Amino acid sequence: MGLELASYGTESYDEMADVDFSDSEVVSYVRDALKSVAEGDTDRYNQLIGVMHYTEGLAADEVALLVTSLQALSGVVSHVDITLHDALLSSIFGMSMWNYGPDVMVALVELIKSLAVSNGGFVDSCLDMLVRNFMPPKSFIGFLRQPWGCARKNEVLNRVHSALSDIAYLVPLAPLRLLPIILKRMPTMFDNEALLVMYVESMLRLESSAIGEFIGSTMLMAVVDRLVDLDVEIGWDEIIQEDSSKGIFHMELEDVEETADYVGKGESEFCRGTLSGLNFGGNVVADKLDNLMVLTCQHLESCYDEGRLTKVFDTLLHSFRITILNAYKSKFAQFVMFYACSLDPGSCAVNFANLLSDLFLCETHPPLTRMSAAAYLGSYLARAKFLSTSLIAYMLKRLVGWCYNYIQIHGGEVKSISPQAHRIFYSGCQVVMYVLCFRMSSMVDVPPLKSQLFQMPLEQILHHPLDPLKVCLPSIVKEFLRQAKAARLFTVSENFFSSDLLESDSSKAFGGRERLDMFFPFDPCLLKNCDRFIRPNFVYWSMVRTTYDDEASSEEEDDNDVLSEDARARSSDEHDIDLDEFEYSMNKMSITPRTSSKHGLTGLQASMRMPAKIRPSTSPESL
Amino acid sequence: MEGLKVSDANLVVYILPSKANRIPQALRGELSSLLFKFNEEFDGVVLVYDILAQSKNGKILPGLTPYFGVNVRAKLLLFSPKPDMLLEGKVMKLRKESIHVIVLGFSYATIAEEDIRGEFRYKIKHGEEVFGSTSHKRHVIKVGSMIRFLTKSFDEEILHISGSLIPANTGSIGWLDKHMRESSEVDRTNKKNREREAHGSRLINEATISLDNEYPPKKSKRSKMVE
Repeated sequence: MGLELASYGTESYDEMADVDFSDSEVVSYVRDALKSVAEGDTDRYNQLIGVMHYTEGLAADEVALLVTSLQALSGVVSHVDITLHDALLSSIFGMSMWNYGPDVMVALVELIKSLAVSNGGFVDSCLDMLVRNFMPPKSFIGFLRQPWGCARKNEVLNRVHSALSDIAYLVPLAPLRLLPIILKRMPTMFDNEALLVMYVESMLRLESSAIGEFIGSTMLMAVVDRLVDLDVEIGWDEIIQEDSSKGIFHMELEDVEETADYVGKGESEFCRGTLSGLNFGGNVVADKLDNLMVLTCQHLESCYDEGRLTKVFDTLLHSFRITILNAYKSKFAQFVMFYACSLDPGSCAVNFANLLSDLFLCETHPPLTRMSAAAYLGSYLARAKFLSTSLIAYMLKRLVGWCYNYIQIHGGEVKSISPQAHRIFYSGCQVVMYVLCFRMSSMVDVPPLKSQLFQMPLEQILHHPLDPLKVCLPSIVKEFLRQAKAARLFTVSENFFSSDLLESDSSKAFGGRERLDMFFPFDPCLLKNCDRFIRPNFVYWSMVRTTYDDEASSEEEDDNDVLSEDARARSSDEHDIDLDEFEYSMNKMSITPRTSSKHGLTGLQASMRMPAKIRPSTSPESL
Repeated sequence: MEGLKVSDANLVVYILPSKANRIPQALRGELSSLLFKFNEEFDGVVLVYDILAQSKNGKILPGLTPYFGVNVRAKLLLFSPKPDMLLEGKVMKLRKESIHVIVLGFSYATIAEEDIRGEFRYKIKHGEEVFGSTSHKRHVIKVGSMIRFLTKSFDEEILHISGSLIPANTGSIGWLDKHMRESSEVDRTNKKNREREAHGSRLINEATISLDNEYPPKKSKRSKMVE
């Protein structure tokens, strides 16, 4: 210790001029200043408050004075009264650590810790002050990009977090008091992005800390809530044009070309094209969501590395169930679940699938929840690369079993199809068909699963008077039947291929106002930054080998010559699909790059082009 | 340690109808929400509860929310420190200005410098901060010691105790207990000695009184003389 104050010369610090003070003298000075307030003598007290208000551009001696005053106060906290010294306390709690250098930071943090443990009445204010320091003052935000700003950020946050754990060590109930403070101060989705991201970063850091044992799960749930808030703000209309005439397999927006300024880039980048159609507000929201999701995914990754993922996953699952599942057509927030499952395919992934299937199969849940769970299950089983085929087969068996029971109960009395009344059944059927579109080929390749598949009473379900083939989404039905025919799963009558199954009204009817018939939650993620977490574990339609591939492949070879030179030139190690997001002929199912799937993911794909383009091409290649 | 008591409580616990098929769990949930909070009615912080009996029927509360009330008989362990009670806790942090103690793992106490009796001096021994007694070399308080202290006040909201080490029977528990034992043994032998001495000293006192007459007389005598 032993900080000697330099002499001040002509400074106007009355009693402190021209003298070197020892620590104990300063401490007694401050103690007397505090005590004298009760007697009405506030001169020294006010001077002390004045010192607390030093902010930027401090000279060395001002810094020293501030540091000494803070240190002296730490020594006399037992003399600080919550009412008498209210003004001093507010100045102290109003200080932002971001404005100061390390010396002042250390002294300030020590003072805050001393205050918190000395008197129960100060605990909440001290915790509040520390939580407020999770974020810099608005004026500082611009400096964050600079190296010194970044360094300052690390200094502040390290000290704040260690102060919180020190306080929790001495005040056992501090985490309990901390929780509501953190939740109250959490920035809303309308706040500045840098602040929001920094705060969430601190929240997640707390989750990993020792205090996290008590408050971690609530922190995580609050973060997921914020993700959902942001998600809901992004409008669906801006992303996808809802048109049931487009086959959903066309709408694989994994690589959508933008306009001319996107010339010839080899990589498949996520289209800003689709999101650029959003109004300005929406784009900002998408960026915020994107950055928060990156943070969350990184946090989950570190949880996995620390071996904590299973416990954290329980919280995530609970949070998913109460927020994301019932949020109206959540767009991207659910990818957090997807990523968590991908980290631990052995147990977390299976738990998620079990939750969804249990929700669907349990009769006591409300219909919307069940249908939503079905949509999630279908999309998940189809898109998750890390799921074993046997698990998928097992899930399908459960679903098919339920559908079969359903038709037994609802026998043959159906006079006219009422999609609304049997919507759960139709969503179940649609899920089965959708999953099989993606997975039939791989199941057929494995003999035990193939026989399981063939033993499922699919034909009876699909040809039942309730007629799911007419009610479910036409594009799915088409693709499914095509694959079923190729696999010789059951007999399919030819007229299904020729007739225009445009019964969008029927599927609309069962989908209801929410259009749950067209809800595929794990369709490719459009958020640029967090996509890199998802992509390695994601099944794109282009990667799927269908059952008619093998038969048709020989015919398709010729068609590939139609490929443009530009398209060929675009090489990438990811699957490039050249997709047009506009109108296609309704009866065409997509794209499927047959050759590429054989050679893995490299190579180029051709899309079956319509002779007439309705819009001018935005893609470099033009035929 | 003082401040702990066991109480019998007759409670009515109100439960939502959705939990009607899992009453024991619901009761435990409700009672658990009382834990580690100061409760005015019980006049203490509930630490442990033990449900002894519950009624078979519950009376439905009239009104908008149809809670139903289940009568429960429970035993509660309450912590309610009052001023001048002696409490025990473990020292977590020690500074010149204060000692910080944790009591029963959930409550914390601070003993400020001015509440530590002069006998104890702050010093740094072998690189460790300690409070050492000046009169008894073995009596040392450091981080990790269990100490007994007097309660000055109790903040019910945050469960903070303001403590004092002024009374002579406060300090490191290990040393105090040992010292009490030794001093009680010493006392027994001393008692006999004292009795012997008392007899002897009566004779000596008479002699000293007569001697003291010349030297500054005792006040009482003086006053007698004055009167």
